[in-house]
Amino acid sequence: MARAAVLRRLIWTVAGLVDRTDETPRVRSLTLDVPNWPGHLPGQHLDVRLTAEDGYQAQRSYSIATPVDGNRLTITVERLDDGEVSPYLTDVLEVGDRIELRGPIGGYFVWEPDRGGPLLLVAGGSGVAPLMAMLRAHLQARSDVPVRMLLSWRSGEDVIYADELNAIARDGTGVEITHTFTRSAPDGWTGRTGRLDREALAALAWTPSERPLTYVCGPTGLVEAVASALVELGHDPARVLTERFGPTGG
Amino acid sequence: MSFISRGFQRRQAPATPSDRVPPGQYVTRDFPVLSAGPTPRIGLDEWRLEVIGELDRPRSWSWQEFTALPAEEVTVDIHCVTKWSKLDTAWTGVPIDALFDGVETSAAFVVAHSYGGYTTNLPLDDLAGGKAWVAYRYDGQPLAPEHGGPARLLVPHLYFWKSAKWLRALELRADDAPGFWEGYGYHNYGDPWREQRYSGD
Repeated sequence: MARAAVLRRLIWTVAGLVDRTDETPRVRSLTLDVPNWPGHLPGQHLDVRLTAEDGYQAQRSYSIATPVDGNRLTITVERLDDGEVSPYLTDVLEVGDRIELRGPIGGYFVWEPDRGGPLLLVAGGSGVAPLMAMLRAHLQARSDVPVRMLLSWRSGEDVIYADELNAIARDGTGVEITHTFTRSAPDGWTGRTGRLDREALAALAWTPSERPLTYVCGPTGLVEAVASALVELGHDPARVLTERFGPTGG
Repeated sequence: MSFISRGFQRRQAPATPSDRVPPGQYVTRDFPVLSAGPTPRIGLDEWRLEVIGELDRPRSWSWQEFTALPAEEVTVDIHCVTKWSKLDTAWTGVPIDALFDGVETSAAFVVAHSYGGYTTNLPLDDLAGGKAWVAYRYDGQPLAPEHGGPARLLVPHLYFWKSAKWLRALELRADDAPGFWEGYGYHNYGDPWREQRYSGD
C-alpha cells in the first residue's frame, strides 16, 4: 500500500471562521482560514481544540471536506446533542471567531486522481464529508476515473451537500450518485429505500472483476455491514478502505 | 497558554477523577470500533499465534493450545488516540510474559502482526513485566471480530492502536520498525499520559 507519510510535527494553529453553511437542521459546514496550512490529501482530518476560561480543554477530530486550496478548508460538523465540541462549532461559533486546530492527520484513507479506480465512495450520514473532498478533487482535476457514490441517509432532511450533489449528478460529469433512505424518504421519492445491504451493493457497486478502489465512511454499523458485504461479494479486502464516524468516533 | 474559545465551557462536571482520564480524552460508555479496512474473519481451526524473529526457535500455538495456557482476568482503562477513553474494561487474556517465558533474545523491539496485514511496533519492555496480554474474552464473552477477535493484543498503558486486533504474530527485533499508523505520522511510542498522539508530540 502506498504511503504518504509526512513525519512532521503537528503544531496548534489559530484559525478563523470565514464562512458557514447550513447543510441540514443538524449539520453545518465551516470554512476556515488557517495561516500556514501545510496542505492535505482528500480524506485526511484535523483536530480541533477548544479552551474554556478556566483552562478546561476539549479536542475532537473532523474530516476535511474540501481539496487543498491555499489556507482555506471546510469541515462539516454534525451537532451531537450530548456532545461537548460539536454544539459549540455548529451553534456558537460565528464568522470572525477563531478556534485552534492542527493537522492534517491520517494518510491511509486518502484518494487522489493518480490512485485510479474505478472509485466507489460509500457513506452513511456525515461520513460523506471526507468522501466529498475526494469527489471534489476528482471534479477539480477533471479526472477520467469512473466514480460511483452510494449515500445512505435516515430521511430527506438529512441529506448533506444536497444542491451540489444534485448538480453533479445532473451535469454530465459521469459521476453516478445513488441515495437511499433508511427511515423516511422525501415526498414523491421513487428511488431506493432501505439499508446498503449485500443485495443493494451487488446491484449498485462495481463488480469485483472491475477491481474498484472503495472508501467507506460512516457509523460503525454501516461500515461493518458494507465492508463485510463487499468482501463476501468477492472484493479484495486490501482495496476496501474504512473510516468510522459518528457520536462515539468524533 | 492556549487561545481561549469565546463562550466555550465544560459541558458537564467530570464524573470520574481526572487521574483516570489522560489529557485531551473524554470518557465514553460505548465501545467504538476503529479499523482501516474490513474486519478479517479467522476460523478457530486455522488460527495460530506465533512468536518469530530474534529467538532461537520460533514458537507457535493453535487456538486449543493457546487457550489452555494460564490466563488472567484484568480490568483496565483504555485510551484511544481518537480521544475516547473507556474505564474498567474487563478482559481475559494470556500474559505476554507467559508467551515469552524462557525465550533468549537480544531483541529490544516487537512488531505485532495482524491477520489482514495491520502492524504496530512497541519496545519489548512495554510488553513484559505484567503490562500486556493477548486477550480473547471481553466482558465474559468471546472477543467479537470487530473488536479484534479471536484474539488481540492488550497494552492498556499505551494508546489503543498499539493493542493490535486479530493478532497473528509477535516479531522480536533488534531494531525498531514503524508499524501501520506509525508510518502515517502517529507517534512511535504513544503514551496517553504524555499525549503522544502524533509524531513530534
